[in-house]
Amino acid sequence: MKTDIILAGVGGQGILSIATIIGQAALEEGLYIKQAEVHGMSQRGGDVQSNLRISDTEIASDLIPQGGADIIIAMEPMEALRYKEFLAKDGWIITSSNPFVNIPNYPQEENIIKELKQISNLILIDTDTVGKENNLSRSVNMILLGAASKALKSISFEKLCDSVKTIFGRKGDDIVAMNIKALELGRNCK
Amino acid sequence: MKKLLLGDEAIAQGALDAGLSGVYAYPGTPSTEITEYIQNYCKNTGENIHNRWCTNEKTAMEAALGMSFAGKRALVCMKHVGLNVAADPFINSSITGVNGGIVVLVADDPSMHSSQDEQDSRFYGKFALIPVLEPSSQQEAYNMMGYAYGLSEELKLPVLMRTVTRLAHSRAVVEMGEKQAQNALNPVNGTKDWVLLPAIARRRYAGLIEKQDILMSKSTNSPFNRCELYKGRFQMGAIACGNTYNYLNECYPDGIDFPVLKLSQYPIPAETVERIASQCDNLLVIEDGQPFVEEQIKGILSNNKNCNITGRLSGALPRTGELNPDIVKAALNMKPLPHLEKAETVVNRPPALCQGCGHRSVYEAINIVVKEFPGAKVFGDIGCYTLGALPPYQALDSTVDMGASITMAKGAADAGLFPAIAIIGDSTFTHSGMTGLLDAVNANSPITVIISDNLTTGMTGGQDSQGTGKFEAICQGIGVDPEHLKVVVPLPQNMEEITNILRTEIAYKGLSVIIPRRECIQTLKRKAKSKK
Repeated sequence: MKTDIILAGVGGQGILSIATIIGQAALEEGLYIKQAEVHGMSQRGGDVQSNLRISDTEIASDLIPQGGADIIIAMEPMEALRYKEFLAKDGWIITSSNPFVNIPNYPQEENIIKELKQISNLILIDTDTVGKENNLSRSVNMILLGAASKALKSISFEKLCDSVKTIFGRKGDDIVAMNIKALELGRNCK
Repeated sequence: MKKLLLGDEAIAQGALDAGLSGVYAYPGTPSTEITEYIQNYCKNTGENIHNRWCTNEKTAMEAALGMSFAGKRALVCMKHVGLNVAADPFINSSITGVNGGIVVLVADDPSMHSSQDEQDSRFYGKFALIPVLEPSSQQEAYNMMGYAYGLSEELKLPVLMRTVTRLAHSRAVVEMGEKQAQNALNPVNGTKDWVLLPAIARRRYAGLIEKQDILMSKSTNSPFNRCELYKGRFQMGAIACGNTYNYLNECYPDGIDFPVLKLSQYPIPAETVERIASQCDNLLVIEDGQPFVEEQIKGILSNNKNCNITGRLSGALPRTGELNPDIVKAALNMKPLPHLEKAETVVNRPPALCQGCGHRSVYEAINIVVKEFPGAKVFGDIGCYTLGALPPYQALDSTVDMGASITMAKGAADAGLFPAIAIIGDSTFTHSGMTGLLDAVNANSPITVIISDNLTTGMTGGQDSQGTGKFEAICQGIGVDPEHLKVVVPLPQNMEEITNILRTEIAYKGLSVIIPRRECIQTLKRKAKSKK
C-alpha cells in the first residue's frame, strides 16, 4: 500500500514537524519513505510544501505526480488549494480554515472556502477556535494530523501516538500529553 | 544501521564513514546541511574533523587542497554559483592532482528555488577533466562517497559530485556501512608536481590528458552507470541522468520495457551510448539542468543516422526549470493521471523579511532618504536583504553576485552616477566585499556602503559569520576614513538618527561606510529557546 501526502503551509507554520511524526511512524513500521522539503528563501514567510510518500514497496520519485496525492494536509486554506491539481480523484483535503494574511492581494476568504467545498472529501477545521477552546493553540499541526489519521491508511493511530512520544519525549511529559490530546481531538473532528 | 536522512545528510554521513578529516564550505542553499550535519556529529562525538565554516568557497577549496597535500581526505561543499568563486583553485587542482582524496560537492539549483541562475556544474567537471558523479538517490549518494574517495586517491584527481535541490532536500531511509579510519599524515615529498610553474604545469597537463582514457573506462565499468538492454530493436530508448532516473521509473510502475541507460558517472561512457543507440529509433535524454549530455551525445553518435536524439535541446523537454514526473510523462507521450484543474482563488505568496528584522528599518531609512536625491541608485547583494527588492520596499536597482553591490556602485560612480549606494550583509561582505571596498577606498569613490550586520549568515539558516566583531577594524584597516565610518542600531525608534547619518554620508563626495547592527531575530529566538 502506498500513501502520498502533500503538506502545505506558510514558512514558519510547522509543516515539517507533521512530516517528522509521520516519517518516524513509517520508519518504525519498516515502510519505504521519501520526503521532499523546502529549505531556503521560501521559508521567510513564503508558501512552503513537503511531498511525503510512504509505501511498502520501493518509491521512485521524490515528487508526487498530478492527481497522485491521497491526502493534502494544510495549515492554511489558500495553501491547501495551491496543490489542488495534485489531489487524487478520491483524495482528502484536511485544512485549517483560518487564513494567514501576509500579502496585500490575499483573495476573499469566502471564495477560498467556496472553492474548497467543491472537494468531496474535505475536513475543514477552525483551528484558531478549537485550539483556544482546548488550550492547544501551539499544537494546531497535531490537530490537523489527527484529523488526517483516518485517511492515513498505511499507519495506525497508535503508531502516530508512539511517534509523538518518541519525537517530543525529550521536551517532557506535559508536551507529549498536549500533543497526544491534540491528535485525539483532531481524530474526532467531523 | 538504517537512518532517515536528507540527501545532504546522506552525503555527509558517507564522507564521515569514508574517513573524512575535514569539511570546508561556505553556506549556500541547497548544500548547507552537509556541513551542519558534520558539525553536529563532531559536537556529539568530539571527533577531530575540521568543520568550521570558511570565509568563501575559494578559501574552502584551497584549504581542502592543503589537507589533501598533507595526505588526508577533505570534502568541499558549495552551491553551484559557489564553484564560480572557487573556480581558480578547483581547475588547477586537477593539474596539481591530489594526495589525500578530495570530493568537491556542488549542489545545483534547477528552477532557481534560492538562486540567481541554474548553471549546470557538470560542465565544470568536464572543463577540469575530472570524474563527475551524480547520485540518483539518498542511498546512492551515501554509497558514492566512499567510492569517490577511493577513485580520487586511485586516479590522484579530485572528484566532482553534483547533486540537485530535489535530492539534497529530500529524505529517505539510508542503510549505512562500516566507518573507515582517517588517513595518517603523509605530506607530498620529493616532488615539484604541486609547483605550477609553466614548465611543470605543461608536463602535469599532458599527464592529465593521458589519464582521460582511464576516466572513460572507469565510467564504462562504473557500478553507478547501469544499462538495461534487451534483444531486438525498439522504437524508444532513454538516457536518464542522476535524479531524473526516478521520474522515468515513476512513469512505469510495472517496469520499463525499453532500453535505458541510467547515467551517474561521467565522462559519458561513449561505447555504452553507442550500444543503446544501436537498438533504438529514438533516444530521449532526461537531465536536470542544461543539455550537457544531449549535446555531447550528438557528437558521439554523429555516424549513427538511425537514432533520433531528443531532450531539452530538441524541445521534447522544457529548456529551463526542474524536471518532475509529469514533465517526463508528457515527453513520453503518456497521459497524466486524472486530476482537478488548478485552483482559481490562489495567488503567489512571495517570501518577505521577517517582522521585526533589522533589515526592515534599514530599507525604511534608505527609502526615506533616497527620495531626497533624484537619480540615486541602490546596488544590492545576496542574502535575506535581497528581499528588499520586493514590496513593500522595492528599494534595489541591482542584485548580481556575492559582493557586486560595492564594486557596481563604484563602477557606476566612475561613470558619473551620483549618488551610488551599496547595501551588503555582514557575511557577504567578508565573503567577497572586502576587496571591492579596497578598490573604492583607493579611488576615494563617492559611494555610500551600508554593511547591514545581523551577526549571522541569515538566509541559509543562521550559520556563523566570519567577520562578526571585526567590521570596524576591517574597514579601518582597508583605509576607510574613521570620520565616515558610522554604526547605528536599526530599530524603528532610531529612524531619525539613521536617516540623518544616511543623508549626511550620501551627500559626502567621498567614501562612507555605515554599519547598521542588530542580531537576526531568528538566531535570537533560537538562542532564547535553547536556554530554556
